[in-house]
Amino acid sequence: MKEFLEGSQAIAKMVKLCKPGVISAYPITPQTHIVEELAQFVANGELNSQFVNVESEHSAASVVLGASAAGVRVFTATSSQGLFYMQEVIFNIAGLRLPVVLACANRAVSAPINIWNDQQDSVSLRDAGWIQLYAEDVQEAADFHLIAYRLAEDKAIMLPVMVCLDGYTLTHGIETVDIPSQELVDKYLPPYKAPYKLDPENPLTIGPLVDSDSYMETRYAIEQTQKEVLKAIPKATAEFAKVFGRAYNGLVEEYRISDADRVIVAMGSVCGTIKETIDELRKKGKKVGLLKVTSYRPFPAQEIYEALKGVPRVAVMDRALSLGSYAPLAAEIKATFFGKKKKPSVISSFVAGLGGRDITRDSVKEIFRMLTNKERTGEFIDLKPELLQDKYE
Amino acid sequence: MFGPLIAKPGSSRVNKTGSWRTDLKPKFLHKNCIGCKICSGACPEGCIIDEEKNNYSCDLSFCKGCGLCAILCPKADIVMVKEKEA
Repeated sequence: MKEFLEGSQAIAKMVKLCKPGVISAYPITPQTHIVEELAQFVANGELNSQFVNVESEHSAASVVLGASAAGVRVFTATSSQGLFYMQEVIFNIAGLRLPVVLACANRAVSAPINIWNDQQDSVSLRDAGWIQLYAEDVQEAADFHLIAYRLAEDKAIMLPVMVCLDGYTLTHGIETVDIPSQELVDKYLPPYKAPYKLDPENPLTIGPLVDSDSYMETRYAIEQTQKEVLKAIPKATAEFAKVFGRAYNGLVEEYRISDADRVIVAMGSVCGTIKETIDELRKKGKKVGLLKVTSYRPFPAQEIYEALKGVPRVAVMDRALSLGSYAPLAAEIKATFFGKKKKPSVISSFVAGLGGRDITRDSVKEIFRMLTNKERTGEFIDLKPELLQDKYE
Repeated sequence: MFGPLIAKPGSSRVNKTGSWRTDLKPKFLHKNCIGCKICSGACPEGCIIDEEKNNYSCDLSFCKGCGLCAILCPKADIVMVKEKEA
């Protein structure tokens, strides 16, 4: 049924339909509304789930790790500092091959403290072994949770999924969302049956000390599984389209690329603004397009190669940094084309929208304007030089 | 290189807070103002400067764009406009 909902409410309703047995989270802006809503469902008896209140994100992650290891479907959500406080558990969850689903309401990280949106938090945890999906709008953010459980609990995958949604834009923004019936969700997502679990009747150890004899193989296995996920995502989204009638590519989305001579690559909610700007520029005869990266982990290099190999000039827009090196997404787009015969003649890198600075149509146009034959590296858009000084005096 | 990271001790007179405003700011039309001071009295930031009638202004270094002044003005002489508007 179509409802007019705040992003967080839509996600909470979708998670409720997935019937997680255990939910544990610690409040943090801008994520709080999601678990607040879920706590309400549990308190009202609408959702038969254990909601475990904890004293920190480290504990929240640990609770869902333990519950998942006991064979229960679990959910948690966080942002920014909270995600970083979870970090060691985040690596553990993937290392233990537990199908945890986490909603990350993307927010800038300290210091200086900033509660607004960029993607530094989840991008910084790209190496943890989690699948990371970036949502463009509220419907995607909600739907990706269903797809996330389906992927995570696939017995050939058994990896956690982080659904990344831009803080405020997608957590507090209100849109019309189609919330499916329980019947359809049950059809798409059968109850979770763990292939291994902590069970006193059938004792086993998950995650014992693994020494140099076999540690490398546990890591290799995740690396190989991530490659399998690249094939599993289109299957999961195709199945999703069959049941719910909404089609997602799940890896990348091409927008007006086929004849484009300039294309922006981006992730998350800014893709909506970019699409609007492209429509506007197209009316003036400019051949511009967008490649939206939905799956950041696993990184769909082949699909990106196919989409961009014939595009003369590509701009990569990052909403995160790897301070001291290339911007994260730009580095990987460039790596995708290294040594390839067919490739864009220019791949320029732009950084925009850090700490909630709005990325407007003008910002997008500025990127297209600066996307000339001169390759740019880590060019900051909408920077205010007047706020900078060479040394602190 | 340094960005604006360090704030020295001082009240909000020194450390300005206007950047919290999101989209709208008040515009004083200076047409029907009767100098009743309702707007300046109601402003939670106390940042409306009330001089003579039809001469009120707002210090945008502190205004959060709440719009109370515009709602309360008995002469509808204050309107909320987009940030970019003059």
